[in-house]
Amino acid sequence: MFNFNYPGVAIAALLTHSLHAIAASDEDLQALQQRVQQLEQHAAAQTASSNAFNPDVSLILAGTYGRLGHDPAIPATGFAMSANPAHQQGFNLGESELGISANIDPDYSGYATMALSPAGGLTVENAYVQSSALGKGLNLKFGRYFSGLGYLNEQHAHAWDFVDQPLVYATLWNNQLGEDGVQLKWLAPTDTFIELGGEIGRGRGFPGTDTNRNGAGNGVLYAHLGDDLGIAHSWRAGVSLHQTQRNNALSNNVPDLLGTLGGVTNSFSGNSQTAGLDMVWKYVPDGNIAKRYIKFQGEYFQRHEHGTLLYNQLTSSSFSDTQQGWYVQSVAQFMPHWRTGLRYDRLAPGVATVGAANVANVISNYGFQPTRTSWMLDYSPSEFSRLRLQIARDHSRQALPENQIFLQYVMSMGAHGAHAY
Amino acid sequence: MRKILLIALLFISTTSQAALNVFACEPEWAALTLQLAGDKVSVYTATSALQDPHRVEARPSLIAKAARADLLVCTGAELEAGWLPKVLRESANRAIASGAAGNFEAAKFVAMREIPGRLDRADGDVHAAGNPHIQTDARNFLPIADALSKRLMQLDPANAGLYQQQLAAFTQKWRAALGKWEAQAAPLKGVPIVVQHKGFPYLSAWLGLHEVTALEAKPGMEPSASYLAQVVSELKQHPAKMVIRAAYQDDRPSDWITQHARITAVMLPYTVGGTPQASDLYSLFDDTIARLLAGAK
Repeated sequence: MFNFNYPGVAIAALLTHSLHAIAASDEDLQALQQRVQQLEQHAAAQTASSNAFNPDVSLILAGTYGRLGHDPAIPATGFAMSANPAHQQGFNLGESELGISANIDPDYSGYATMALSPAGGLTVENAYVQSSALGKGLNLKFGRYFSGLGYLNEQHAHAWDFVDQPLVYATLWNNQLGEDGVQLKWLAPTDTFIELGGEIGRGRGFPGTDTNRNGAGNGVLYAHLGDDLGIAHSWRAGVSLHQTQRNNALSNNVPDLLGTLGGVTNSFSGNSQTAGLDMVWKYVPDGNIAKRYIKFQGEYFQRHEHGTLLYNQLTSSSFSDTQQGWYVQSVAQFMPHWRTGLRYDRLAPGVATVGAANVANVISNYGFQPTRTSWMLDYSPSEFSRLRLQIARDHSRQALPENQIFLQYVMSMGAHGAHAY
Repeated sequence: MRKILLIALLFISTTSQAALNVFACEPEWAALTLQLAGDKVSVYTATSALQDPHRVEARPSLIAKAARADLLVCTGAELEAGWLPKVLRESANRAIASGAAGNFEAAKFVAMREIPGRLDRADGDVHAAGNPHIQTDARNFLPIADALSKRLMQLDPANAGLYQQQLAAFTQKWRAALGKWEAQAAPLKGVPIVVQHKGFPYLSAWLGLHEVTALEAKPGMEPSASYLAQVVSELKQHPAKMVIRAAYQDDRPSDWITQHARITAVMLPYTVGGTPQASDLYSLFDDTIARLLAGAK
């Protein structure tokens, strides 16, 4: 019998014989296994400390070099009263993104992403608590998060396939809509992925105007549908609705019919409703995304706004307009670590209905649809590093065609969670 | 009245034998679960043998399937860190959440190899818990089967007797097969090999293969031209018989080295379904050993 008061000697004795030589009974083996387990646990416990509860921390380092043809502050034609998150010329340190996530307790987990701006200052991009413990397929999120509308909206900048967002996201969502509020999603108990989501929030992100008020500043509803076709094909389609009240939304440098130099400052108050469709299709031979794959995606948004426009801080009139925008994009990983992508953007400012008081002031029909074509090539030495070249032909400003060239690096350090589909 | 009660009882007893929904991350665990539970489970396999389990996306279909699972059987040791946490979060299924009884991590029940002394991404994509490719050593299936059976009994106590029986049958049959494989693989002891990816330490330890070098200098990174030149010169001094890779891996690095050194390229199934011959757990190792023996000639 083995003398377990001297486990080292016992194990050494066992190991000097081959397993076949000892007529070891199952009991002996089980007892030995138990002892080894205990020793392992003991060793593990000695290395654990309060540090073991530390959250996952990651830092994304990214920067670009941009070569543009025109002043990036000029907005797309017809979208002077929409967002314009402009590109930067020359060497530019993008935002460094600090991500922290951990389980809070068995019911909740927390995520925060903070953007360290090159000019100094820290902005809270995401800070939310998620609860997957409600059961019945319900998923609750509260705090500050990226809205679940569309397909690209929830993707963090470091995961983008291009240096910039499509034109429709830049103009209609100021790159991506962030919310302070509550999101509830329900996953249907079906084999096909069917998800319904609803959000209410402060209305902080564009086109919301972050007003101090009781009640919700905006609302979002969306539905997603997705499935696989065999091992190689997968897709997801979605439809979304967004609604917000806009209060004194200021826009500077808005061109007018009078040709005012430098444009005017307008203010809009009214209702904004947006509807969107999104679709992504991925073909991955043998399902092995490490080798080769190709994906196609496209999104379409239509925004209808109606309310009161204060022109040049003087003249007020009714104003309503329907803007549209869409993009289609394809990215192909043609060999391991190398990808290339092509994207086409188009926007339509629509023909606005302007009240009598401002008919001679406010441009209602720009007669131009901004477009842009972008091509990119990126190389990822590992899952955590990426280098990208992007060339675009930009026709988003009337009579100001532009060639854009970008070089970018995106690298991540630390524990990095899984990316979304 | 009695007849109605009897029929009702029959109806209740048949409906209570609803199959346990199992979400298996990799095909080897699906195969093992079926061996241990037979028709008491309905198994969905999340990945195929031709997919790199590190690089899988948290697709909508995976989320939908995980939402209805009662038991999750995965390797663990961060092998699925690229997609499984996202799938678990989005599927909002308490039964299979990390730490729950329905979340079974196979790596917890075997002795891990290659636990890194330091965790630094300069070493490539290293896993903190050790090398997660535990399924390549057939001996590991014994403690895992034991633990998985216990978990099945915990989740489905009504069928505990059956799981006990199946475990005993599997253990006996597997032990016999182990003896057979180790006898067949005797000529492989000490055979020098090259590995395309450092995914074979458990296999090499079991069969006594001697890994001369790896084509991937650091896990997850393309080898540089200078490193490959280094490999070629090392093989001149310490020649190897074959270069082995898993079925899901690209064949270019292996093909390249066969053109620059006297060495055979061998593709191993790595898991159930990796080759047409590896259709279940037994034929997986039959085929693996057969291919290794053919490459060692």
